[in-house]
Amino acid sequence: MTISREDVLRIAELAHLELTPGEIELYRGQLDEILNYIGKLQQLDVTNVEPMTQMAFTKEVSGLSSGTSLHESDFDLRDDVIKPCNIADAVLDQAPDAAKPFFRVPKVIER
Amino acid sequence: MSAATPWTVAGIQEALRAKKISAREIATEFYADIDRQNPALNAYLALSRERAFAQADRVDVAMACGEKLGPLAGVPIAVKDVISTTGIRTTCGSKILETYVPPYDATAVSRLEKAGAVILGKTNCDEFAMGSSNENSAYGPVRNPVALDRVPGGSSGGSAAAVAAGLAVAALGTDTGGSIRQPGACCGVPALMPTYGRVSRYGLIAFASSLDRIGPFAKSIADAAAILSVIAGHDGNDATSAPVAAPDYAAELDQPVQGMRIGVPEEYFAAGIDSEVKEKVLAGIALLEKLGCRRVSLKMPHTEYAIATYYIIATAEASSNLARYDGVRYGLRVPGATLIEMYRHTRERGFGAEVKRRLMLGTYVLSSGYYDAYYLRAQKVRALIARDFSEAFQNVDAVAAPTAPTPAFKLGEKMADPLQMYLADIYTVTGSLAGIPGISVPCGTTQEKLPIGMQILGPHFSEARILQLAHAFEKAGGFTI
Repeated sequence: MTISREDVLRIAELAHLELTPGEIELYRGQLDEILNYIGKLQQLDVTNVEPMTQMAFTKEVSGLSSGTSLHESDFDLRDDVIKPCNIADAVLDQAPDAAKPFFRVPKVIER
Repeated sequence: MSAATPWTVAGIQEALRAKKISAREIATEFYADIDRQNPALNAYLALSRERAFAQADRVDVAMACGEKLGPLAGVPIAVKDVISTTGIRTTCGSKILETYVPPYDATAVSRLEKAGAVILGKTNCDEFAMGSSNENSAYGPVRNPVALDRVPGGSSGGSAAAVAAGLAVAALGTDTGGSIRQPGACCGVPALMPTYGRVSRYGLIAFASSLDRIGPFAKSIADAAAILSVIAGHDGNDATSAPVAAPDYAAELDQPVQGMRIGVPEEYFAAGIDSEVKEKVLAGIALLEKLGCRRVSLKMPHTEYAIATYYIIATAEASSNLARYDGVRYGLRVPGATLIEMYRHTRERGFGAEVKRRLMLGTYVLSSGYYDAYYLRAQKVRALIARDFSEAFQNVDAVAAPTAPTPAFKLGEKMADPLQMYLADIYTVTGSLAGIPGISVPCGTTQEKLPIGMQILGPHFSEARILQLAHAFEKAGGFTI
């Protein structure tokens, strides 16, 4: 058994999920089975393998050596310029509880 | 089931220009079919008649005024419900976004409309695109138009079913681990996952950011190419969109495929594959050989680790991306005495079982003490899977393989066993992890008449090439082999 009932409760707390007693046992069993399957990655030797942390568009990842005219500068980050977009009202219209220009939530500071 | 509407992108362009029909009449025809068939299929979650007819009228006015029409003028298109549409409810198949109406359009949607396309509505999908059968939608499963007791595949099941049933000429779907290609195979329609970064994801509601892609379903390769030409290309609103110019894919379709080397990885035909699927896909590959391609046997030794790698990386990213659903800014809020209680009540009520399962798995693999063993290791294995492909592409121009190990399964068949459901993605997650493009093409049916899909994968940004192969395959009768 890879995962205990306590593990499930701890994960649920971290993920801000509430679980019924039935769900706790269901998920414990299912996560256990999935984690056992995933455990097969431990069989592989990954010494000296660089993790693929993102799908960034470096020339290397894009594999564009053949036939495409691309320059390193094409992959530069854009300038960090503020562009006004005036969407605050449209965004707040979607809020379950807005007091424009704010989102209202239960009290978080006790005094 | 009524006969599928025979409209194509080219057919509509011709008919509009010859004044045989108006864009409004075409949209009316499609909505009539949707009204008749959607109650049985549940492919559409929302219809956008007002917006569609306004757009159709714009096309008709432009035509009447002698203005140049866009390449998709009057073409009715469906959009998966994880893609934002101004003023049209966008739920991601989740209760947590039941009332959400986006204040902006995804770039893919605005590009389609700019090209004249008519957005008919939003298609059903697994909740937050998590699933392989469309049964994880909070709004009920989609039924496969080919066999109503079967799943359409997932997660873009509604888009695949809508196109297969003739309820849209084309549809946008999203693919994270197979969610375009696998439903395409299950419903018997071409389905294209472009290269990571090829199509802007601005306005796509995120599931797993290093994997998610937008791509088209269509009835023909020519139509898929026409859609891709419109939605592909760099977008300043998406930092992950690639600064690589998009060619006119449709114009390049008839380039010859003679002499192309097609890699056939033995791992994709090993234990676990349905015998009829294997037989048809091998027949499909033989047809490519007949068209002048050369078959090259391959080994891709890390294939068997792909599902494990995928379900670590995708769930880890999802656990982060879906943290935003907390009842504060949009969607469902379930009140609580404290902020944390409000978060928990909201997420408990708003998320379905599969989303919760994946959020817990993702939280676990990222949690202190487990990060190195799971997440970091998965990132390393991902590099090995990507290397399997980059090494293969030194010797071959494309790879051909089955899209899914079995044809569409029965509704309810795999719901009690999440791991079995995950294994439906066994042949598609590899291309997702590597970031390369792939297209699923219809490749005959089983004796029970269930569609079979063959996928053609190519190197990064090789959409033109895999479309050429798929087009040649279609013309040679491969779809009904």
